[in-house]
Amino acid sequence: MKKMTPQHRHKLATGALMLAMASSVFSANATGIKEKIQQDCAGCHALHEEKKDDQLTQRINRKGPPLYYAASKYQKEWMQNWLQDPQRIRPGGDYFANHTVVTDEGDVIDDATLLKHPRLSAADAKSATAYLMTLDSKKELLDKQAYSAKKTSRRMAAMNFSKFKGCQACHRDEEDYGGVSGPELYTAHQRLRPEFIASYIRDPQQWEPRSLMPNRHLPDKEIHKLMDYFKILGE
Amino acid sequence: MKIHTALITIMLGLSAVSAGAKDVEYGKQLYEANCSQCHGMEGDGYGVNAEDMDVMPKDHTDTEEMISRTDADLFKAIKFGGKAVNKSVLMPNWDKNMNDDEIHAVVAYLRVLCCSNEE
Ligand code: HEC
Repeated sequence: MKKMTPQHRHKLATGALMLAMASSVFSANATGIKEKIQQDCAGCHALHEEKKDDQLTQRINRKGPPLYYAASKYQKEWMQNWLQDPQRIRPGGDYFANHTVVTDEGDVIDDATLLKHPRLSAADAKSATAYLMTLDSKKELLDKQAYSAKKTSRRMAAMNFSKFKGCQACHRDEEDYGGVSGPELYTAHQRLRPEFIASYIRDPQQWEPRSLMPNRHLPDKEIHKLMDYFKILGE
Repeated sequence: MKIHTALITIMLGLSAVSAGAKDVEYGKQLYEANCSQCHGMEGDGYGVNAEDMDVMPKDHTDTEEMISRTDADLFKAIKFGGKAVNKSVLMPNWDKNMNDDEIHAVVAYLRVLCCSNEE
């Protein structure tokens, strides 16, 4: 028995619209890749820092992650591949509450309302990645600590992630298991720069003032343990 | 002079009431963004993340349980996390997501969730 809020219905309509738009990937009439990205990606992704007063509303209305600091965040190789074969990173969409329905068995994500990311040709993925890798805002926040992966027991690392740190409540460390409100982390190692992961865990709100992620006040050693786990998951 | 004082009292009273309602409204928005993924859109503990969690998120509509906590208890649990009140680490600390005023607004909303008979 699904109950739909008016807000949800509105989101459904927007979702359908976005999907329709997504079917034509890059505008034919725009010339350079920069113009194409400005035209076709800005509907879901922030390409410039917007210093708005109401950051909470901005976060709630987001449809995709901001890209104006793409180069500070993502691994280039991963991006180029992902754009050609996009797999869902956030099981509950960019803002879970816009995709949540209340049922008799608890709240669930209504998959039908989730947006599909357009698939790019190899050539488009290459030029889009090259352009996005020039967007390096916030690079001064990247972690400066030296980090090199340590030998780790997979079982202990998994327990640390789920039980001791509680990350799994919001993030998946395997397909189909774990929370759905945050981005999955089983591809975090391939997807994200290590300097970004460390910096984001240490202080999420520096990257996004209204990040939904809590700052767990972890010392470097604990942050590195989590990164070791992502590495095991990614290999 | 008396009338004047009475007027001021009424005005103060009115503004206190409207600020309270605004707080609850803002608290609700903050609750949806930061809490409902675990505690549920309706606050009953059945959020979208709850299914795979080892400890059930608290049911904030459980009047009996909720009235056994003071506002200060709730504030502390929210700001410093479950660990600070001898509860599960699966209840995170929200000290960097919200300032104290915002946490107070969330507490005000929790009181509506748990203990108002209006709905
Ligand atoms: C990641 C999941 C998660 C999120 C997000 C979350 N909580 Fe919780 N919360 C829990 C769990 C699990 C418990 C139960 C802890 C226990 O019983 O040991 C809990 C317990 C509580 C309690 C009860 C503490 C007590 O005295 O028993 C309060 C109050 C609370 N949460 C409020 C909030 C508020 C407000 C937010 C949003 C700012 C929030 N929670 C976000 C998981 C979460």
